[in-house]
Amino acid sequence: MRRIVLGGLAMAGVLLNLAGATAQDQALPDGKTVENGKYFDAEGNPTYYITPDGVVDWYTYSGFRRYHSECHVCHGPEGLGSSYAPALVDSLKRLDYSQFLEVVVNGRKNISSSQESVMPAFGDNLNVMCYADDIYDYLKARSDGALDRGRPAKRADKPPQATEDENTCLGRS
Amino acid sequence: MRRSAWSSMVAALPLMVTAPALANDDLMKLIDDPNQWVIQTGDYANTRYSKLDQINKSNVKDLQVAWTFSTGVLRGHEGAPLVIGNMMYVHTPFPNIVYALDLDKEAQIVWKYEPKQDPDVIPVMCCDTVNRGLAYADGQIFLHQADTTVVALDAKTGKVNWTAVNGDPKKGETNTATVLPVKDKIIVGISGGEFGVRCHVTAYDQATGKQVWRAYSMGPDSDLLFDPEKTTALGKPVGKDSSLKTWEGDQWQIGGGCTWGWYSYDPQLDLMYYGSGNPSTWNPAQRPGDNKWSMTIFARDPDDGMAKWVYQMTPHDEWDYDGINEMILVDQEMDGKPRKMLVHFDRNGLGYTMDRESGDLLVAEKFDPVVNWTTGVDMDRNSPTFGRPAVVAKYSTEQNGEDVNSTGICPAALGTKDQQPAAFSPKTGLFYVPTNHVCMDYEPFRVSYTAGQPYVGATLSMFPAPGSHGGMGNFIAWDATKGKIVWSLPEQFSVWSGALATAGDIVFYGTLEGYLKAVDSETGKELYKFKTPSGIIGNVMTYTHGGKQYVGILSGIGGWAGIGLAAGLTDPQAGLGAVGGYAALSNYTALGGQLTVFGLPN
Repeated sequence: MRRIVLGGLAMAGVLLNLAGATAQDQALPDGKTVENGKYFDAEGNPTYYITPDGVVDWYTYSGFRRYHSECHVCHGPEGLGSSYAPALVDSLKRLDYSQFLEVVVNGRKNISSSQESVMPAFGDNLNVMCYADDIYDYLKARSDGALDRGRPAKRADKPPQATEDENTCLGRS
Repeated sequence: MRRSAWSSMVAALPLMVTAPALANDDLMKLIDDPNQWVIQTGDYANTRYSKLDQINKSNVKDLQVAWTFSTGVLRGHEGAPLVIGNMMYVHTPFPNIVYALDLDKEAQIVWKYEPKQDPDVIPVMCCDTVNRGLAYADGQIFLHQADTTVVALDAKTGKVNWTAVNGDPKKGETNTATVLPVKDKIIVGISGGEFGVRCHVTAYDQATGKQVWRAYSMGPDSDLLFDPEKTTALGKPVGKDSSLKTWEGDQWQIGGGCTWGWYSYDPQLDLMYYGSGNPSTWNPAQRPGDNKWSMTIFARDPDDGMAKWVYQMTPHDEWDYDGINEMILVDQEMDGKPRKMLVHFDRNGLGYTMDRESGDLLVAEKFDPVVNWTTGVDMDRNSPTFGRPAVVAKYSTEQNGEDVNSTGICPAALGTKDQQPAAFSPKTGLFYVPTNHVCMDYEPFRVSYTAGQPYVGATLSMFPAPGSHGGMGNFIAWDATKGKIVWSLPEQFSVWSGALATAGDIVFYGTLEGYLKAVDSETGKELYKFKTPSGIIGNVMTYTHGGKQYVGILSGIGGWAGIGLAAGLTDPQAGLGAVGGYAALSNYTALGGQLTVFGLPN
């Protein structure tokens, strides 16, 4: 299904200037697939895609922005951790997509006599939940060592589907 | 009938009863005694100056550790211990433990208070669970907990005399600040600017914990405690609805303007001073208008909270430059005339000198030369924009718009200086200011508001000031009558510790690597340093015991510095492949709460 969509989009030319035309023409690495500019791994979970010349897909770029608004005040810049909360570049070596989402939605507590770590539940926070996949993509790319620190230098344009999904999720017309 | 008789009696009481005033005289005497450290700021004027001079410029090199005390808590330790007589009172970050130590018995623990607080408050505190300490008045120790519970403890026994609830953490209302005892009241602020809280200052009765007045930073005049005719801004009455007119619709209801900084008080003028924080959200396009009275210096009557004057430093904030830093009250000569000054080093990078009686603006100059978001404040009294900073279009996140990354803005959101308080020495007439030397890229975008959830709306990345010494901080001496830096000491990391100036012609401050440093107050020459167990974000204090002077400092890395600098900063302008070149604080220090007390050898 996804491959069909990919083919259809490539024909329509919508994605040609987005993640790079080469991505459409060649098979994506590691069994990744793409649908309307959003990438998925072999299990069908969201993931990042960076072209050989360093163009980052829109969702991963969006994750960079949202991470540094919603997450970094505790988890430090670029997922590297802080004196307050763990380094998510390490956490994502252990947590898979569904476990990541579970913690984001419900939060997590780790209380001891000398240390109290509390991750809040973001389940009803649209600024987080509407971009949870994006934040996962970004942190996964950082965790895999595929993306350096700092703002991604080159990114794909925002796919029309992303705008549409965002408006639906945020309840905007 | 009975009720009206009672209420008229109550109304008559303040005229007849002098006890509250006496309690205040007692506190003022203690504050004036340099052997004690009674309130966090050292004195009401927030000078952080001590008349003690046993430890001085010629012998400070011999300073050594007298004793240490572990707090048992690992989070960021801001503020300082208090000393009243033979007792020392040490506070911790969340869970906000208070220890009473008997200095006559080698700091034995006399009592310990540990409140039970819902840990759900922890993640609502945004940038670590710091607490800037206790205050003492009239036999009571006052603590304002993370969950906004204000507690009065019996100083002798630790027994809870009363508690009051100042806010609701479920709405994002928390506390990190100390409280200020003034006359028979306790003045209390609140945090939550990143959660869309509409913030306020509240006075509680010291004896009972009953709320006396509450003044909001934004909203209708009755909530602000403004008299439209008598409350002035730069000498002119503010007029009706001065706040409401500067917001779109009812956005003021989630407008921020939090009050988490320091409070000062002038007993002669009977005015208290403080600043308000950023308007919510960080995306300026979502809140058109000047967003009054966020980013404002307030002068209020402590008895009824009425505002005498206000001055908004950063109208329609576009960078998160909270205005909450301390207001230091000094009397100096300017242009040959004695002036009652208020000196304030703002996050926005400008050092302000105001007339604290009239609220007139005297000086507004950059206290770090890299500050670039403004070309300066309009000082022309006849100009319609008198007192307003001129914003440089290139660094305006409002003018550049949503979803645009504005690059190279100095200072970064943490400000040229954050809450870490400066000191003033009447001997040199100079201010000693711990500063940040960090710039940023800032990209605002649209966010939606959910009660109790972060309401931020911008992505930012920070980096050491480009084209400078490569470090992220400076410790400077400042002349507030001229608005000029006298000397500046480069530091590898932001200086996040409150300074202490003494009559021994020295100035103390701590560093994020964990050093306690002493420098010459005239020249800035380093005279002493000692590396404590963890990075310092606490404030230096001094006292005597048994006729001998001691200097105390809390270590314990954390706070916004521990979060932002733990992994080091990168310069996004440096180009591909050049990232990661800056020092990571985690290579220098690790968590740990400890008090270190220094003295000269016997």
